[in-house]
Amino acid sequence: MTATVAPPVSPTIDPAPIERTFPPPWLRKVGTISLNVYAGLGLLYLFIPIFVIVIFSFNQPKGRFNIVWQEFTLANWKDPFAIPELVDAFKLSLEIAAISTGVALVFGGLIALALTRYRFRGNAFVNLFLVLPLTTPEIVLGASLASLFIAQGTDRGFLTILIAHVMFCVSFVALTVKARLRGFDWSLEDAAMDLGAGPMRTFTKVTFPLMIPGLLAAAMLSFALSLDDFIITLFNAGTEVTFPLYIFGVRQRAIPPQINVLATTVLVVSVVLLIIGTVAGRMRERSRTSPH
Amino acid sequence: MAGTARQGTKRGRFAPYGLLSPGVIWLILFFMVPVMVLFRTSLSDRPNRFVPNALNFSWNFSNYTDALSQYGEQFQRSFVYAAAATIACFAIGYPLAYVIAFRGGRYRNLLLGLVVIPFFTTFLIRTLAWKTILADEGFVVQTLRDLGILAANGRLLATPLAVIGGLTYNFLPFMILPIYVSLEKIDRNLVDAAKDLYATPARAFWRVVFPLSLPGVFAGTLLTFIPACGDFINAAFLGSPQTTMIGNVVQNQFLVQLDYPTAAALSFTLMIIITVAVLIYAKVLGTEDIA
Repeated sequence: MTATVAPPVSPTIDPAPIERTFPPPWLRKVGTISLNVYAGLGLLYLFIPIFVIVIFSFNQPKGRFNIVWQEFTLANWKDPFAIPELVDAFKLSLEIAAISTGVALVFGGLIALALTRYRFRGNAFVNLFLVLPLTTPEIVLGASLASLFIAQGTDRGFLTILIAHVMFCVSFVALTVKARLRGFDWSLEDAAMDLGAGPMRTFTKVTFPLMIPGLLAAAMLSFALSLDDFIITLFNAGTEVTFPLYIFGVRQRAIPPQINVLATTVLVVSVVLLIIGTVAGRMRERSRTSPH
Repeated sequence: MAGTARQGTKRGRFAPYGLLSPGVIWLILFFMVPVMVLFRTSLSDRPNRFVPNALNFSWNFSNYTDALSQYGEQFQRSFVYAAAATIACFAIGYPLAYVIAFRGGRYRNLLLGLVVIPFFTTFLIRTLAWKTILADEGFVVQTLRDLGILAANGRLLATPLAVIGGLTYNFLPFMILPIYVSLEKIDRNLVDAAKDLYATPARAFWRVVFPLSLPGVFAGTLLTFIPACGDFINAAFLGSPQTTMIGNVVQNQFLVQLDYPTAAALSFTLMIIITVAVLIYAKVLGTEDIA
């Protein structure tokens, strides 16, 4: 075994002592392979229910519950909007996700800017305050917000869902953008100012472009969180029905395959966005690393 | 932490507070104030036949003692299930994050994307899918029965195992992502140095890599354990009346029984227990920077 590994250049530098022969190469190989297999199985585990969801979108259920596999059909995909309540719920979810993401991006983006660009009193406190909503169970957030609305005599509905969603999205946006801005050299702004750019122009030409990757990541995260939120929404929805609330409401009576169709659509759209984001990021990286 | 001079950061007198105010005021109004209202509600008179919706504040501490004596079992179950799910998430998530971070090479981002993709389908639908998979007439249960692992009438659905499995599945990415982030930051030269100093791979891992990944482990376990404690979807979809968690009780008391004080007392207790547990955990792990 010494003959095969002997390096051609200056073999005296690496004495290859006895200690290194434990664990023996075959054992290392077994270790490496079994760890990779274990990780692969973990990844597979993540996809098991996803396969089920996608496959069952092509099922022709007997009765109202799309739970047992019967036969293959394209009918659900041809008629994804067959159930008007489901369509309304889905539209409401998209609308709420879009508005709350927009508001949270502004609020959270500004917080991130303040935290990374300035040194000021109370910085550490704000950092801690941002984490608190994330370390509070959703059921507590939902119940406390609902308690406020009940105490105030506010009817729960569209607006209260929006308030709730902005609340939990702001923290996520602020932390995501902050993470991307950390370590950024803010003297670039001074350079722009020195070159005669006004504060507005400096922001639009220097600061904002640098925030875009963080904001995009935060927007995707916040949209996904809003679209998927169930517990907080349940407490603050009143009579409004979002997509998750619809599923929760009908599950005792029926599970129509159209739910799977819409879920699969959301999945496909997210994957496409993720791929676009990755490719765009890689292209940007390439253009930055090879300037000439 | 606050005083470190970073490149080009400015000392702000008014500007930072101006930038912070919209978001922070929102969080004060709709996060902090509600928690205080929740506390107030938890000490109000419970509704009865004569005053159905009065919510008179009266320092009614019996809400707490009643709630705890009545629902102690659900509390205990919540923490046991959440702890079990967190351990399972760690056992699955750490090796996965490690392999992606250290062996993913140029496919790292792709693999990370694969971890996140399943969670772009709605939480409830994923849990319903597990219900389909674990159903009595399903493939999994039938196979396990044929193999004799399950008794002839043995079930997976409606067992604690199903609930813990659901919790594990649904909160796994919250474990994987922070661990990945902290592993990815580790300077590979440190690992090489350890090996140059004759550490075996296992020793290099335990002495160098694992300690440096502890912040990620800390964040990951919290982000898994906390939501798992308050969850009621997994118990509602995959469990039985014998596996209800505290979230199920709060949801039922608040939205069905309309007994706000009891629900508030239970929620507040949950929050306090979690906060104390987090502080102890942070002390034990010696992590100062929670964010």
